[in-house]
Amino acid sequence: MTTDSDHHETSVRERRAETVATFDEGPKGPVARFQHALHVTPALVPLIVLAAAIAGFTWWLGPRFLEQVPLIMQQVQIVGVLAAAQTLIILTAGIDLSVGAIAVFTSVVMGQAVFRYAIPVEVAVAVGLLVGTGIGAVSGALVSRLKLPPFIVTLGMWQIVLATNYLYSRNETIRSREIQEVAPMLQWLGYKPNEQLVQWIEAGRGIEWGRRRPPETDSAILDFIWATNITYGVLGMIALVAVLAYALRATAWGRHVYATGDDPEAAELAGVNVTRTLMSVYMLAGAICGLAGWIMIGRFGSVSPSASTGLQGNIQAITAVVIGGVSLFGGRGSIWGAFFGALIVGVFELGLRMAGANAQWTYLLIGILIIGAVAVDQWIRKVVA
Amino acid sequence: MAMLEAKGLTKRYGKVVALDRCDFELRAGEVLAVIGDNGAGKSTLIKALSGAVTPDAGEVLLEGRRVRLASPTDAREHGIETVYQTLAMSPALSIADNMFMGRELLRAGWQGKILRRLDKPRMAAFARDKLSELGLMTIQNIDQPVETLSGGQRQGVAVARAAAFGSKVIILDEPTAALGVKESRRVLDLIQDVRARGIPIILISHNMPHVFEVADRIHVHRLGKRLCVIDPKDYTMADAVSFMTGAKEAPVTETA
Repeated sequence: MTTDSDHHETSVRERRAETVATFDEGPKGPVARFQHALHVTPALVPLIVLAAAIAGFTWWLGPRFLEQVPLIMQQVQIVGVLAAAQTLIILTAGIDLSVGAIAVFTSVVMGQAVFRYAIPVEVAVAVGLLVGTGIGAVSGALVSRLKLPPFIVTLGMWQIVLATNYLYSRNETIRSREIQEVAPMLQWLGYKPNEQLVQWIEAGRGIEWGRRRPPETDSAILDFIWATNITYGVLGMIALVAVLAYALRATAWGRHVYATGDDPEAAELAGVNVTRTLMSVYMLAGAICGLAGWIMIGRFGSVSPSASTGLQGNIQAITAVVIGGVSLFGGRGSIWGAFFGALIVGVFELGLRMAGANAQWTYLLIGILIIGAVAVDQWIRKVVA
Repeated sequence: MAMLEAKGLTKRYGKVVALDRCDFELRAGEVLAVIGDNGAGKSTLIKALSGAVTPDAGEVLLEGRRVRLASPTDAREHGIETVYQTLAMSPALSIADNMFMGRELLRAGWQGKILRRLDKPRMAAFARDKLSELGLMTIQNIDQPVETLSGGQRQGVAVARAAAFGSKVIILDEPTAALGVKESRRVLDLIQDVRARGIPIILISHNMPHVFEVADRIHVHRLGKRLCVIDPKDYTMADAVSFMTGAKEAPVTETA
């Protein structure tokens, strides 16, 4: 034994010249480097697909397709906002099947608050957002404290919220005209700042058109702004995505969201309050769904408890998130990816419609994109091995 | 002088007694190995010392003062850092992100106060400093995800994290269990380096050669309590195994 311990003794006392661990990266081929780039910037794939899709449709249909890009933004704004909420949940390795239902219900709450209880419209919007946050808090508590699977919790919540929505609204639609007369602010996110700006400038110059402004006047710049076709809802969606991207990338909260989705036990041991992080994510997602509800009023003009978003919103949002390269296993992906994913779906829908193709081609292509995106995700994760 | 001490720790899980009035003592500047058979309760002891488990009875003293360790965060605030067997790292996040998980640095001024913006350059520089201090050098990219590192490198980062923040005590739970021969060697060197900087270490390991190589004293755990503390210079590995399995009577002197 003495010789043995002597041996240990020398091996311990001897100062080793070799480094303990080197972080040199060996020579890499272009494929490995591309794989690494995707690993670090997961939004790259959907961005490339989006650019290729826009380029392809422009080549096929001509520049008239490019002119429709603002319209695509308007068409995807609800799904885009729901996808932002969905991304937050999926990053924590969860899933939220109730996003569409929450959006419809909050739009109903906002409408009924004004028309049934005569609450001031600003307060009504705030109440709607609070209701969304509250529903998120219930799901969050069930997931983070009772440790129920998110799929089951939100599957139940989807049905509960949708049923509550029909019962509470008595299945009554509030018509666009009524909203316009009583509470135009409910439709504010559907207004077009570009048109307001042009009207304001022209009013300053003393120009007044009759019922409609002609598309071509003597001021080409104002004509261009008039034609851009942007709504406050679209701007709101882009602002929301930008703010969330910042929060996820550059704040401790964002790092904790990723760590929670990556490995909750490791995160907890490393000092992350996993329960609180999950609660904050579900509540924030609920509030974002409330925002989507407000955008719905702007987009459709009316408040309808039977809007298709209630049934399809969750699948559309999950589709956008998956195509956007966010991993369903949690901890990987970016909010920009989900935004690009929503736009990709919008580009295919409108492009194929403009080309006169059968709508089923859209679904077929989206199906291929979903499977392709997950295959790419698996390939990126192979970096580990 | 005792750096970290425990007196009469007791923890029951239903009818199972994991800790039975267990005593523990870690002296300043030493490497204390904790060995014991599976189910002897050594992992419960370690969890009690790192705040992951709250004992039913008994007390923990840090530098002679009684402390309450209700959570891992509590223990960390007292300067007790633990490197768990699972390493407790988020594979998809960067080395710097992982080192500062749960104690991120914010930018100075309004960006930190209002925007809650992280000070990534400062965290990266600190992480690089700490890794090179421990000889974990030639890092090309402190922003690379932890999952792209080898097992030994990950262990190195986890030890560096503990060494960077653990001002009083560092607990290492089976640091070489998942590693190959060469990587184990490097982690043992790391342990020597950390001790050389004056921070006492609690080392939990099943690997007798590793224990006998780096430990100053060995705490033998059996049936939920401290059986004895031996000096590795006075006993062989076979002796130690006999003590912990009960094949041999423990020495009478409690401390070597």
